[in-house]
This record gives sequence, structure tokens and C-alpha cells, in this order.
Amino acid sequence: MAGMLIYGLINSIIFALITIGFTLTFGISGIANFAHGAFYVAGAYISWHLLNSLGFPYPLAIAISVLVTGFFGAILYRFVLFRVRGVILSEVIATFGLGIGFLELFRCLGLTGYDYKLPKFVDGSLELLGVYVDYQRLIIIVLGAVLLLFLWFFTHHTKTGLAFRAIAQDEHTALNFGVESDRTAMLSLGMGGALAAIAAIAIMPLSLIAVEEGHHILILALAVGIVGGMESTMGVIVASLIFGLSQIIVATYLSPNYTMIVMLAAIILILLIRPSGLFGKFKELEERI
Amino acid sequence: MKDDSFLKITGLSKSFGGVEALSNVSFDLKQGESLGIIGPNGSGKTTLVNLITGFVKPDSGKVFFRGKEITGKRPYTIANLGIARTFQMAKAFHHLPAFKNIIIPLRSPRVKTFRGAQYGERDDIAIDLLEEVGFERDSAVPLKTAKSLPHGYLKRLELARCMALRADVIILDELFSGMSMSEVASTLPIIEKLKEEGKTVVMIEHRLRELFRVVNCLIVLNFGQKIAEGSPAEVMGSEAVKAAYLGSEE
Amino acid sequence: MAKIRREKKDSNGKYRKERLDRGIKARSDTIFALTSYREALYLVVPRAVTIIGLLILPLVLDIWWTKVMIMACVIAILALSWDFIASAGMLSLGQALFFGAGGYLAGVLNYYWGLSPLYTIPIATIAGATVCTLLFLPVLRLRGIYFAMVTFAMPLILVRIIEATRIWGGIEGLSALTPLPNLWVSAYLVIAAVFACLFGFRRLMDSDYGLVLRGMMDNDQAVMAGGINIYWYKAQTLFIGSAAGAFIGAFMTHYYRIVGTSAFSIDYSILPVACTVVGGPGNFAGAMFGAFILVPLCEYLRAIGSWRIVLYSFLMVIFVVAVPEGIFNYLERKYHQFEHWVKTG
Ligand SMILES: Nc1ncnc2c1ncn2[C@@H]1O[C@H](COP(=O)(O)OP(=O)(O)OP(=O)(O)O)[C@@H](O)[C@H]1O
Ligand SMILES: [Mg+2]
Repeated sequence: MAGMLIYGLINSIIFALITIGFTLTFGISGIANFAHGAFYVAGAYISWHLLNSLGFPYPLAIAISVLVTGFFGAILYRFVLFRVRGVILSEVIATFGLGIGFLELFRCLGLTGYDYKLPKFVDGSLELLGVYVDYQRLIIIVLGAVLLLFLWFFTHHTKTGLAFRAIAQDEHTALNFGVESDRTAMLSLGMGGALAAIAAIAIMPLSLIAVEEGHHILILALAVGIVGGMESTMGVIVASLIFGLSQIIVATYLSPNYTMIVMLAAIILILLIRPSGLFGKFKELEERI
Repeated sequence: MKDDSFLKITGLSKSFGGVEALSNVSFDLKQGESLGIIGPNGSGKTTLVNLITGFVKPDSGKVFFRGKEITGKRPYTIANLGIARTFQMAKAFHHLPAFKNIIIPLRSPRVKTFRGAQYGERDDIAIDLLEEVGFERDSAVPLKTAKSLPHGYLKRLELARCMALRADVIILDELFSGMSMSEVASTLPIIEKLKEEGKTVVMIEHRLRELFRVVNCLIVLNFGQKIAEGSPAEVMGSEAVKAAYLGSEE
Repeated sequence: MAKIRREKKDSNGKYRKERLDRGIKARSDTIFALTSYREALYLVVPRAVTIIGLLILPLVLDIWWTKVMIMACVIAILALSWDFIASAGMLSLGQALFFGAGGYLAGVLNYYWGLSPLYTIPIATIAGATVCTLLFLPVLRLRGIYFAMVTFAMPLILVRIIEATRIWGGIEGLSALTPLPNLWVSAYLVIAAVFACLFGFRRLMDSDYGLVLRGMMDNDQAVMAGGINIYWYKAQTLFIGSAAGAFIGAFMTHYYRIVGTSAFSIDYSILPVACTVVGGPGNFAGAMFGAFILVPLCEYLRAIGSWRIVLYSFLMVIFVVAVPEGIFNYLERKYHQFEHWVKTG
């Protein structure tokens, strides 16, 4: 029972970590970044190369790959999305195409097989309420909590963060008050990319770096975002808890195979009852459709 | 209910986040009457229209039409019942020729029940309607794509859509804003004619002189609240209204 | 509209090049005013060339290229279906769902009940479209972006479910299904289907019904204000579009004689979008044109393996950013214009 709870919690935090970059970008710029999965894999892939091909020390490799991935995000906005801003069709196709393009590019560059594995930060494990939890998972918990706190602090107490919130709430008014929409959107994509990389580097040591992981992560982020409500951090937390816990429960009592069914059922159910998600801005959506 | 009221709203309220856009507004309108709604910017006029026509769901309050409750019904259902509206920011189908814009309401279930809206005839009906609202047929204006038309035309396109629906209640949300003086002058008779045909007209307008030529009763909104109601002369004389418009310095 | 282009000088004086739209389109973008036999011919020729050309293709191509052509038709139908749904303002990133639904239904009907393709294909078309429409019903109320997200996630999740529960043959899929009589039947069946979709969708969009769909893409609030139930129209659009996808999925099941989770693979989602974007969205001819460029190109580049996915993904992005009208629309515009020199001095 305690094991289920602890592992459910870890699972939930993993979900939240995966999603947070995606929803941050969406909440601020209104851009659904379908390249999120590619950013995720890119983060891990770059740090693997820095570590193994160039022999960088691990912390430095992590820092660089997070920065580089964030930089990619900003570039994606500046050179691609900037030109098609406002045309939803083009925004989606551009991010979708780039996401798949880069993932397949990684595959062509040799990202297959069992070599690609990031080392754990610290080896070993710890007994917690009679359950063994390895340090990596503990780090994930701490990291998740710290990131959520950081985001909260960032959006409520820094100038850039406040600009983010202003844009998210009412773009026109924000523009009138001198918030630069394009710069903010670029930053939001950059941060989304960096957050994806952080999540990847924390989570990937538990499994292999693989191209499929990119698609998988994108689905999970979409699922959490849809169920929780796209623009809301609270929604991400609650939906992650729902998915994380139910996944463990289903895996324990039924079979791990059924977790995807739970996910699909949750998506459909939520869309039927509350189309904008648990914490989404229901009214807004209804008016804008 | 012995109700002879035609369009009646009771206690409508709506807030967006922290902003109370409309609070506890009621009125009662008989068939063929015409109502003007005025108020400073952001006083909730458009929100009121959205609530009546189903584009926004009210937090509380009810809307009745012909004695039946229509609160929270879908916009198209309400349009088919016979309440048509224009949008303050004209919403045309930009990629379509102007007259094709009118074909869409002509396909609605409501219009299909009238005679003369069969396929093929619709083009003619649409072009006739557009001519009525001043799209010059001779210079082929109805055939131009909507995005190539000046703003004033788009506003009149909105009016033509209401006319195409043969609605009983026509709600005009700042129809005249963005129109030139001559456009206003030529559109006003159309509205007066609609009134003569027995339509109920609800008009939101900042141009008071034109407004008073159409409406025989007036509601004033301020910060989402109804602060005055009555005949135009009464209302404009009221202190509350003066204060709302001029700022309450005294 | 005349546009000044280049200038030249010779002994007789100065000239400038003027580019004109042909007179046919004078009245409006959608109304043609034919005034002569030549102009009629001018409109008919491109259409006739397409139809006759495609009908002749299986006769002149060898088996390998005929198979490539069939593949191009398959992707063309998915692209046409995508373009149709998109022309009502719905953005699908999951054409694979329609494809897979049709494919699996045909496979199941054939494998477990032994129905012949004569029955499985029509049944799978209708049933597949019904299932897809029902799945998306909850999303219809939401903005385009949500629709895109759910359509993207749906086929990928279904794959996981099939893999996990091992229904319908699990990972291996259902194999040894009834084949279609021969390659000719297959080739002409898809060609007929492409024409049916191409001309059917074009005809539909030109009718008053299509007008409502185009209106929904522009502004669905205004459509609602016009008393039209947009959700009903969207559901119908989705049904028609997914029927096309399900049909071709069912066809492929019998053509390959196997159906597996690859029917839901992301290729079937992305390639149709890439084709439409490269060819030019919005008029169906572009979608088909794109398929007939990209698919043979991909087959030709088979040697470079998975690089080709990289290629068409990036191609798609380049087109959407730099050439949003697409190749077909560009060519069409040029076709409707002609240039001549006029004397200026
Ligand atoms: N969809 C919405 N989301 C959030 N706030 C809204 C929304 N619609 C209106 N509001 C707010 O409600 C208030 C009333 O707005 P409304 O548009 O009804 O005013 P109005 O009287 O029509 O003003 P105007 O004369 O400028 O048209 C405003 O403060 C506005 O910002
Ligand atoms: Mg207003």
C-alpha cells in the first residue's frame, strides 16, 4: 500500500515534469508545441553526446544541453512560428513537422539500440516506509517540487513572469501596457524547451533514450494537458496525480497493459463532461470556441 | 402565464473572472416595440446581447421569448427561434463573396420553412437583400469577396444576415460605429422600415440622434448595472445618467 | 489587374512587360464567364489530362511503378480527406485513425467471419466512419487546437491498447486475409476512389452545403448567428472525411492481405498533411498533386531509408512557412495569367 502510494507519487511527478513545459508554452503564447517530444529527446540526446562523445563532466553537460534546447525553442519561434503566428493550421503543422523531422533525424544519426542511456545522478537507494526507492526517483520528486515552486515564484514575482501572465490573460491589454508579445512568446518557447530538457535528463536515466520516447512523451503531455486544462498549473498537478496514481493502481490490480486504456477513457470522459479540462478556462473556451 | 411580453429578461448576471460585466439586469419588451441600450464603454452592453443570444451563458437570471424560457440555449437555436443579432466587430466570411455570406443564414432551418428559399433561388434572394442594404448591384459589389469590402459594408452585411433570417427580434450591436455619415443616413431608413414591418428592434448605439429616431424606450447601463429606464427624454434628463456619462464630480 | 514586371528597350522604343489575369475570372473568384470555345477548352484541358492520364497510367507502368501509383492514390485519398475536414476548419493530425479504423474493421470482418472484400470494404467504410465520428464528437465543441491534439493522440493510444490487450492479433496483427482479385482491380479501384473524392469534394464545396463549411472555417460564431447548427455540420463533415479514410484503410487491408498496428502509424497521419501542404491546401487538386509528387519521390528515395521522413517533414515545414499557397496553387495562378509586351515610349 505504501509502495503504491510512493510509486504513484513518483509517477505523478514524472507526468507533471513532462507536461509542465508544454503547458507553460501553451498558456502564454497559445501555441501547442507539437515539437515538445522532440525537445525532450533532444535534451537527453545532446547531454549524452556531451558526456560520451566530448567527455564533458556530467553537471556541465546537463547545463549546456538545457540551455541549448531552450535556445532551440527560442529559435523555433523566431524563425518559424513568428512567420505564421496566428494561423493555427500553420502553427500546428510547423511544430508537428519539425518535431517529427528532428526525431527522425536523431534516428538517422544513429539514435537506436541500447547504448544510449544517461547515467543516474547518484546510485543506490533508500528505504522509505518499507519500500526501496532509488535516489534517482527521489531526485525526481525533489526536482519536480522545486520546479513547480520556481515556476510559481517566477510568474508571480518577476517582471518577465508577470508579463507572461499578462499576455496569457489578455493579449491586447498587455500590448497596450507595453508588454512585447513576440519577445514573450519567444521566451515562453525557450523556457518550454529548457523545461523539456530538464525533465528528460531527470527521467531518462530510468530508461533508454529512444526516438519513440518523443512520441510517447507528447501523448502523455497532451493527455495531462487536456484532462487538467491547458493553461493551468493546478490542472497539470491534479491531472498528473490522477494519471500517476491510477496508472499504478491499474498496473497492480489489473495489468500494466491497461494503463493506456485508462488514459483514453479519462480523456474522453473529461472531454464529454468538461471540454476545457478540470481547471481550464471553460467560459473563455466556450466563447472563443 | 397571462404574459403578453415578447422578449423578457430577468435578473441577468455575468462575471468574467473578477470583472462583473453585468449584474442583475431585467427588462420586458412587447412585440413591435423598440429598445435602445446605451452606456459608457465596457458597461456590459455587448455582454447583454451575448447572454440573450446564447453566445455566453449567464451566471444567473433568465431569458424568455414568447413566454418560453430560452436561457442557455445554443446560439443557433435562438437564431432559429427568431432572435437575430449583429456583431459589434463585424464577423464576415472573409473568403467568400459578399452574397455567399447571406446564403449561409438562408440555409438555416428557420428560413427553409419559408417559401422561396430553395437552392438556386438563394443567390437571387441574397443579392436582392444586399441591394436592399445598399450594396450596389450595378457595380457588382455583392460579388466582391468580403475581405475586399470596406468596414461600413461589412456592418451592413451583418444587418443583411439578420434580415435574411426573417427574425422577429433584431439586435443591433453598435451597427453604426465605423460607418460614414452617408452610410448611416442610408441605413437608418432600413431599420425604420423593419420596425414598420412589426419587427422588434433592440439597438445599442453611441450615436444618440439616430438612436432616438428609432427607439421609444431606453435603458442605460453603467458598470454592468441598469441605472435608468424609460422614454428617451426622461432618461436623458436623469441625474444618474448625466453622472455616469460626465463622471460624478459633484 | 495588370502588374508591371520588366522593361526592355529596342530600336522601336521602350516596352514594359505586363501580366494580366485571363478574362475568364473577371466577375468573381468563383464565377466563370465563358465567352468562347477556346476558353472552354482552356478550362477543360487540365482536367481532361488529369483524368485520362491517371486512367492510362496502370497500362503503361511496370508492376513496381503501378504499386507506387496505388500508394500515391492511397495517400492522395487520405490527403483529400484531410483537406476536406480542414476546409470546415477542423485540423486533423490523425488521419491514421480513420485509416486504421477502416483497416482493422475490414480485417476483423474478413478474419473472424470470413466475409469477402465485396462486403468488408463497404461495411468497414461506414462503420469506421461512424466510430471515428463518435470518438471525436466530444471534441467538436472545442477550438481547432484541441481537435488537433486529440486527433494526434487517438491513433497512438489505440495502438498501445491493441498491443496491450492483444486483441485483433496484437502486435502481429491479422494476416492471410482475402486478397483483391488482381493488381488491375486494385489499381482501378483506387483510381476510381481518388476521382470520386476529388470531384465529389470539389462539387460539395462549391454547393451551398460547402459554403456553410467554408463559413465555419472563417468564423463559426457568425455561422451560428445565421441559425446553423455548426456541430451537426462538423459531425457530417467528419463522417464524410473519415469514410474516405476508412475506405482506403479497408482497401489496404485486402491489398496487403494483412492488417497490424502499423495501420495506425504516424506515417499515415503526417504524409497526407505533408502532401496537402506541399501541393496547396484548400482546393483538393493541390492535395492530390502533392501526393503524386511526394509519394513517388519517397519511393524513389527508398534507398535512403528513414531519411525520407526527415525530408518530407522538413519539406512540409518549409512550405507552410515560405510557400503557404503550395505548388499547385502557384502553378494554377500562373496558368490563369499571361504576359505580353506593351509599348511605353
Ligand atoms: N469574453 C470575455 N472575457 C473576459 N472579459 C470580458 C469578456 N467579454 C467582456 N468582458 C468584460 O466585460 C466588461 C463588459 O464588456 P462589454 O463588451 O459587454 O462592454 P460594452 O458595453 O459592449 O462596451 P463597448 O461600448 O466598448 O462595446 C468589460 O470589462 C470587458 O472587458
Ligand atoms: Mg460592446
